[in-house]
Amino acid sequence: MRQRPLERFFLLHLPLCLFLIVTLFPFYWMFITAIKPNAELYNVRMNPFLVLKPTLDHFRYLMQETLFLTWAYNTFYVSVLSTAISLLIGIMAGYALARLRFKGASVMAVGIFVTYLIPPTLLFIPLADVVRALGLLDSPWALILTYPTFLIPFSTWLLMGYFKTIPRELEECAMIDGATRFQAMIKIILPLALPGILSAGIFAFTLSWNEFIYALVFLPSSDIKTIPVGVVSELIRGDVFVGGPLMAGALLGSVPVAIIYSFFVEYYVAGLTAGAVKG
Amino acid sequence: MTSGVALPKERVQTRVKWLTYLEHDRALGYALVAPALLILTLFLAYPFSLGLRMSLSHWLVGQEPTFVGLRNFIRPADSPIFTRTVQNTFIYTAAATGLKLGFGMALALVLTHTFRGKGLVRAACLLPWILPAALSTLAWLWMFDAMFGVINWCLRYLGLVQRGMNWLGDPALAMLSIIVVDTWRGVPFFAISLLAGLQTISQELYEAATIDGANAAQRFRYITVPMLKPVLLVVLLFSIIWTFTDFQLAYVLTRGGPANSTHLFATLAYRVGIVSGQRGEGAAISLTMFPILGIVAVVLLLYLRRE
Repeated sequence: MRQRPLERFFLLHLPLCLFLIVTLFPFYWMFITAIKPNAELYNVRMNPFLVLKPTLDHFRYLMQETLFLTWAYNTFYVSVLSTAISLLIGIMAGYALARLRFKGASVMAVGIFVTYLIPPTLLFIPLADVVRALGLLDSPWALILTYPTFLIPFSTWLLMGYFKTIPRELEECAMIDGATRFQAMIKIILPLALPGILSAGIFAFTLSWNEFIYALVFLPSSDIKTIPVGVVSELIRGDVFVGGPLMAGALLGSVPVAIIYSFFVEYYVAGLTAGAVKG
Repeated sequence: MTSGVALPKERVQTRVKWLTYLEHDRALGYALVAPALLILTLFLAYPFSLGLRMSLSHWLVGQEPTFVGLRNFIRPADSPIFTRTVQNTFIYTAAATGLKLGFGMALALVLTHTFRGKGLVRAACLLPWILPAALSTLAWLWMFDAMFGVINWCLRYLGLVQRGMNWLGDPALAMLSIIVVDTWRGVPFFAISLLAGLQTISQELYEAATIDGANAAQRFRYITVPMLKPVLLVVLLFSIIWTFTDFQLAYVLTRGGPANSTHLFATLAYRVGIVSGQRGEGAAISLTMFPILGIVAVVLLLYLRRE
């Protein structure tokens, strides 16, 4: 249906511009604060939307006076390992639940969906005691082993959907040609499910990178925090003049996720709508 | 390379036996789900039962727990902070979910148009949802700042206020701020999911309705809404659960303050159970969310199944 220009302006361009401004402004604010010298930052008379003499001082402070680089390393390490573990386990479980007939499979599939709905804030207190009993408090393994509790249900559920869309006949042909079921799974099904695996993988990585409450509770020492927790708890101090380094930290902590996101937008959309549209 | 060396016969046989065993769906199935079940049992099911035991005990860090029955659930119920927390959580969930649904639907409808640069716009719209929430909330924290925040600067510039509003220092304004930030962060999830749902609706339905004389509002009411219902329900289910149990937005913006007036269940549980070390009471506060979420989940899933 063809729209008149005026109609199109009110139904499309105007609302779209408003949405984009509101959506992106906090990121602009983060960026401009991070490069603004303190003299401009704390001058209430100046127009706050602009920066006259951009500076990298806040980034320098972040690198030299805080443990930001250590936090970055921890976050990366934890995210990569917990994603790898969850993806492997999720592929196995997703394949079994989508393809194999065994007693209890359907109950387990429902069970996986239910665990997907359980939020981390429900169990973090008893889980803190489990982590302590295992001697993992203040170790990155506390996160590497507990993040799979929400990553496995998510990736299993997403991959089950993908495996179901691959025709059974492909596998059966391979098996008639002499492949074992295991070989058929590795050589035929996995390559075809690669988009789904990629979707689950980058989503799991993002969720691990962004996770907050487990990292806050299970890693109390300041030298092994993750970026979100480190920036929030070590950079907000009693005095108010920390805006610059705070925003520099927030910016740098967001950039890795933004870069991955820019390469894989479509996979994110697929991961995001998998639960809602297919479920 | 001496590839011709044969394996001892015995080993070949056990290997083959093991492989044929895995050829049975049942054995392979159990073997493949076992790791998932192990992790979920150890770090989800067990903590859940431990949490139940904790919540029924007087359980301080480093002390022998003693059984106290339901006291941990009853005692906080008397305290004004807990009552306030319950109110806050319900208001927050209702307001933020409503706003996210409204704006998310609006954005989804805008995005059904075809226009140049649509892919880029859609990607930009998802950013608040993708980037670390704790970090983007820091940007809001700085925008809300009473002295140097951009929001107060604009209000002063426009002459709407003389002195800046104390956004995070006043209980009501602080709750409002948390709701605004959660809405900002959650709209993309609604919009993109609903957009995916909208795109599955056949254009012919709309064309037929238009021919029959239905106007835009009627088409929305009688075609879009019913066709979108399954997606809508699942999106609502997830959003209600995430909002109700939210921790980081409130923690980063106010840490439950001023004077414990903006706690949600999760931030109060953290304060009592972790900061003060009263594991029993903290676990009880946290677990109070469970039956409420359970009811929401069951109602929505049953409704979905009936459709």
